[in-house]
Amino acid sequence: MISASHVYDSRGVVHGLETVAAWLLGFLWVLPLLYAFWTAFHPAEFSTRIALDAPLTLENFVKAWRAAPFARYFFNTVVLVTMVLAAQLVLVTLAAYAFARFSFPGRNLLFALVLVQLMIMPDVLIVENYRTMTWLGIKDTILAIGLPYMASAFGIFLLRQTFKTIPRELDEAARVEGCSPLGVLWKVYVPLARPTYIAYALVSVSYHWNNFLWPLIITNSVESRPVTVGLQVFASTDQGIDWSIITAATLLTTAPLLVAFLLFQRQFVASFMRAGIR
Amino acid sequence: MTRTREWIYAWLLIAPAMILLVLFTHYPAVANLWHSFLSTPKGSRPAVWVGADNYVQLVEDPIFWQALQNNLWYALGTIPVSIAIALLMAVWVHGKIAGRGLLRLAYFTPTMLPMIAVANIWMFFYTPEYGLLEQVTKGLGFASHNWLGSKSPALASLMVVTVWKEAGFFMIFYLAALQSMSPSLAEAAAIEGASRWYFFRRITFPLLMPVTLFVLVNAVINAFRLVDHIVVMTRGGPDNATALLLYYIYEIGFRFWDSAYAAALTMVLLAILGLTALFQFFVLERRTHYQ
Amino acid sequence: MLRSIRNLILAALAALAPSLASAQVEVPFYYPVAVGGPITKIIDGLAAAFEKENPGIKLKPIYTGTYQDSITKALTAVKSGEPPVTSILLSTDMFTLIDEDAIVPFDDLIKTPEDQAWLKSFDPAFMENSQTGGKTWGIPFQRSTVVLYYNKELFREAGLDPNKPPQNWAEQVSYAQKLTKRDASGNVTTWGIQIPSSGFPYWLVQALAIQAGTNLMNSAGTQTYYDRPEVIEGLTYWVDLVNKYKVHPEGIVEWGTTPKDFFEKKVAMMWTTTGNLTNVRNNAKFDFGVAMLPAGKQRGSPTGGGNFYLFKKSTPAQRDAAFKFIKWVTTPGRAAQWGIDTGYVAVRPDAWETPAMKTYVAGFPAAAVARDQLPYAKAELSTHDNQRVTKALNDGLQAALTGTKTPEAAMKDAQREAERLLRSFR
Repeated sequence: MISASHVYDSRGVVHGLETVAAWLLGFLWVLPLLYAFWTAFHPAEFSTRIALDAPLTLENFVKAWRAAPFARYFFNTVVLVTMVLAAQLVLVTLAAYAFARFSFPGRNLLFALVLVQLMIMPDVLIVENYRTMTWLGIKDTILAIGLPYMASAFGIFLLRQTFKTIPRELDEAARVEGCSPLGVLWKVYVPLARPTYIAYALVSVSYHWNNFLWPLIITNSVESRPVTVGLQVFASTDQGIDWSIITAATLLTTAPLLVAFLLFQRQFVASFMRAGIR
Repeated sequence: MTRTREWIYAWLLIAPAMILLVLFTHYPAVANLWHSFLSTPKGSRPAVWVGADNYVQLVEDPIFWQALQNNLWYALGTIPVSIAIALLMAVWVHGKIAGRGLLRLAYFTPTMLPMIAVANIWMFFYTPEYGLLEQVTKGLGFASHNWLGSKSPALASLMVVTVWKEAGFFMIFYLAALQSMSPSLAEAAAIEGASRWYFFRRITFPLLMPVTLFVLVNAVINAFRLVDHIVVMTRGGPDNATALLLYYIYEIGFRFWDSAYAAALTMVLLAILGLTALFQFFVLERRTHYQ
Repeated sequence: MLRSIRNLILAALAALAPSLASAQVEVPFYYPVAVGGPITKIIDGLAAAFEKENPGIKLKPIYTGTYQDSITKALTAVKSGEPPVTSILLSTDMFTLIDEDAIVPFDDLIKTPEDQAWLKSFDPAFMENSQTGGKTWGIPFQRSTVVLYYNKELFREAGLDPNKPPQNWAEQVSYAQKLTKRDASGNVTTWGIQIPSSGFPYWLVQALAIQAGTNLMNSAGTQTYYDRPEVIEGLTYWVDLVNKYKVHPEGIVEWGTTPKDFFEKKVAMMWTTTGNLTNVRNNAKFDFGVAMLPAGKQRGSPTGGGNFYLFKKSTPAQRDAAFKFIKWVTTPGRAAQWGIDTGYVAVRPDAWETPAMKTYVAGFPAAAVARDQLPYAKAELSTHDNQRVTKALNDGLQAALTGTKTPEAAMKDAQREAERLLRSFR
C-alpha cells in the first residue's frame, strides 16, 4: 500500500521550516494572552517590564474583585446563558422536528423565513428591539437580553439536518408501539441527536457568554449586567486605567469559559466542527 | 393522523419559535423601515412623518460615508487574510506536525474569548511607549508608533485583532472538511506522483470551495455585525477613522438618542446583509449541496 | 411567651407603618458614582442624618451607576412616568433635560432672602453650567476642573526648580523641552508634557481656548464659537507642542492611560482632572506637584462634574422636601466634608474657610490648587443636542492632532457642523 500522506505533508527541510512557521504563528496567537497573564499575576510596576525575578502576586485579582460586583455579574451571565440555552433547546427541537418530519402547507416559506435570521441577526436590529423591549416594559432585565436570541435559526437548521438523517423506520416502529408524535420526538429523535445538542449547546453558551453590544444597550444596572458589560463599565473609568487590575479583571471574566475550554478542548473543537458541517 | 391534524400539529410545533422570530427579526426589520420615515420624538413632541428626510440627512452626512467606506475596507482587509490564514492553519494541523494538538489549541483559543476581553488585552498590547508591541519595535530600533491614536494605522490595527480573533474559528470549518475528504483521492494522487502543491491546487482547494464560500458569507456578516472592539479600543476615533457602520448606528441610536436617523442607517446595513443573502442564495446554494 | 409578645408588637408596628409612611413625603433620589471611594456609604449616611433632622421626609437614595447610566435611567423613568424627584447628573446634561421637558427650574422655590443668599454662595464658575435663560436649573454638587500634575524628581533632573511649575504657555514649552529625554537613536523616552485627547478632547481644548481668551459657546446653548481665532490659537498651541516643539506624544493620547504614563515617568507633566488627585497620590512613586494650568492671555479651565436637578413629574410637597435636602447637603460644612471625602472641588468659597477643610489643606496643599484656579474657570461645553455638537468638535480636534487637517480647517468644519445642528434651536 502506498502511503498517501506525502500529498498532505511536506518532508525534509521544507517540513522543518513549516513546523517552525506553524509554531511561530501559534506563539503569536497566544502571545496577547500570555502577556495578559504576565501583567495580571505581577505587581503593577512590572506590567510594562518583563523581568524574570518579578514577584508573583494575586493582589490584582483581589483588587479587581473588590472594585466591581463581579460576583453579581457572573451570576447574571450564568442565569442568562442557562435561560437562553434552555429556551433554545425546547423551541429549536420542536420547530426542527416539524420541518424535518412533517409535510404541511407553507413549509418551505416558513423555513425560508427562519433562514432570514441567519443573515439578519438580532445583533444588528438593536434600534427596533430596544423599542420593543421598552414597549414590553422589560428593559434592563436579563430576560430582555436573552429574548431576541431564543428562537435560533442556526439551531433549527442544524437540528433539522440531524433529524433528517435519522432513519424513518425507527420513527415508524415507535409509532406502531403507540407513541404520539411528541413521544417519538422525545424517545427517538432527541437521544439520537445528542452529539448535535452538545455541539449546539457549546456554541450557544460561548456566544452568549461573550455577547456584548446588545446587553450593553439594554441593561444599565448591576442587577442585570452580564460580565462582558460589567468588565467594560469597570474598565472605562474617568480616572485612568490600571492595566494590572484591568487584565486581572479580564482574565477573571473569561476564566470559567477558558478553563472549561482547556479541560474539554477536544469536545469543544469537535463540537464546533460538527456545528460547522452542514 | 389525518392530514389536517398533521398540519395543525406541525404548525403548533413551529409556532413558539416562529412567534419569537417574527417578534424579534421580521417585525423589527419591517418596523425599522417605517420608523426611518418618521422623526425622533423628543420631550412632548411626538414622532411625525418626515418622508425621506432621514435619508437626505444620510446622503449628506460625511460620517456615514466614512463609516461605510471604513467598513468596506475593513471587510476587504480582514476577510481574505483571515480565510488564507485559516486555510494555512487547517492544512498544518491536519497534517503530521509536531505538537499538533497544542497548535490546534493555540489557534482556536481566541475564538473562545469574548471580543470585549480580547480588545482590552490588545489595547494594552498597542499602548504607546510601554505596550508590548512598542517594546518589541523599539528593541529592534524602529521609531515609536501610536497605533490606535493615529489616523492611518488605527483601522489596520483593529483589523489585525479581527483576523487574530476569527482565523482560528474559520480554521475549524476547513479542518472538518479536510478530515471528511476521501483518502482515496490522496492515494490516487500519490500513485500518479503528484506534488503536494499540485495536489492542493488542483484537488484540495477546489474541493474546499463550498467551505470557502460558506466561510466567506460568515466573514462578511461578521465584518458588519461585530463592533465590540471598537467600543473598547477607539470609540470610532481618531476623527471617525475606525467608525464602522454598526458602531455609528449604536452611537446615533444610543448615545445621541436619535432613533429615527439610526433607523435609516440600519436600513443600509440591512440592505448590505440582504445583498449577502442573495449572493449566498444564487451563488452558494447553486454550487453546493449540503442542504 | 416573650417571643409571641414580640411578634405581636412587630405585627402592630407593621400595620402602623403604612399610615406613618403616608404622612411622610417620599423623595426618590438618583445619584451616580464616578470616582473611587465608598460613595454609596457616604450618601446613605447623609440621607440618614437628614431624615433624623427632618422626620417628615423619607429620602430614597438610588444608586444609578455611571453618569451615562444615570441619565439613561432618569430619561427612561421620565418617559415611563415614575421619575425621581431629584437626581445628580452631569452639568452638561442641562439642555438635554430641558429639551426633554424633564426638569423644572429652582427659581419658584427660592423665595426667602436666605434662599437667595444661599444661591449666591456658590462659586460663579459652577453656576455658569447651572443657569440659562435667566433661570437656575441645576445646583452644583460634585464638581471638578482641569489641573497640571508634574513630576518634581524629573524637574530636578532637568535642572528646573521643583517648586516653580510653569506659569504661562511659553514657560510650559521651554520646561517641556528641558524635560523631554531622548535616547541615543533619537527616540523619546520621556515626554515633556501630555494632554489627553481620546474620549472628550473638547474639555482639554476648552482650557486652551479659555486661556487664549474665549469660551466655546454662549450661555443659551444655541451658538458655538469653534472657529474663533482664540480657539484656533489654543489648538495650534497644542498641535505645536507635538509637531513644532516635539515635546508631546504624537497622535491621539488616551485619557485613561495618561495617569499611568505619568506614573511610568513616560511624561513629566500631564493635564487631567482634579478627580485624579487621590489616584496620583496613591500611585506616584515619586514626589509630585499640582499646579494651576499655565496662562495664555489669561489663566483658565473649564469646570466639570454633576449638579442636582429637580424633576417635573413630582408633587409640590416632594419638590419642597428635595429642595430642603439640597440646601441641607450644600451647607459650607457638608460641602467641605464631601470634597474631603471624595476629592471633588468644594462648590462654595466659604466651604474652604471651615476648620475641617483648613486642616485638610494644611496637610495636603495640592487639594487647594483647584480652589485657587476657580476664579479663572468657565462653564464646560454644553449646548442643545449636546452630544452631537460636542462630537463635531471632538472629531475636528482629533483631525488636527493626527495631522489630517490644519487647526483652522478643522475648527471651521466643526463650526459648520455645529451651526447645522443648532439651527433648529434658535
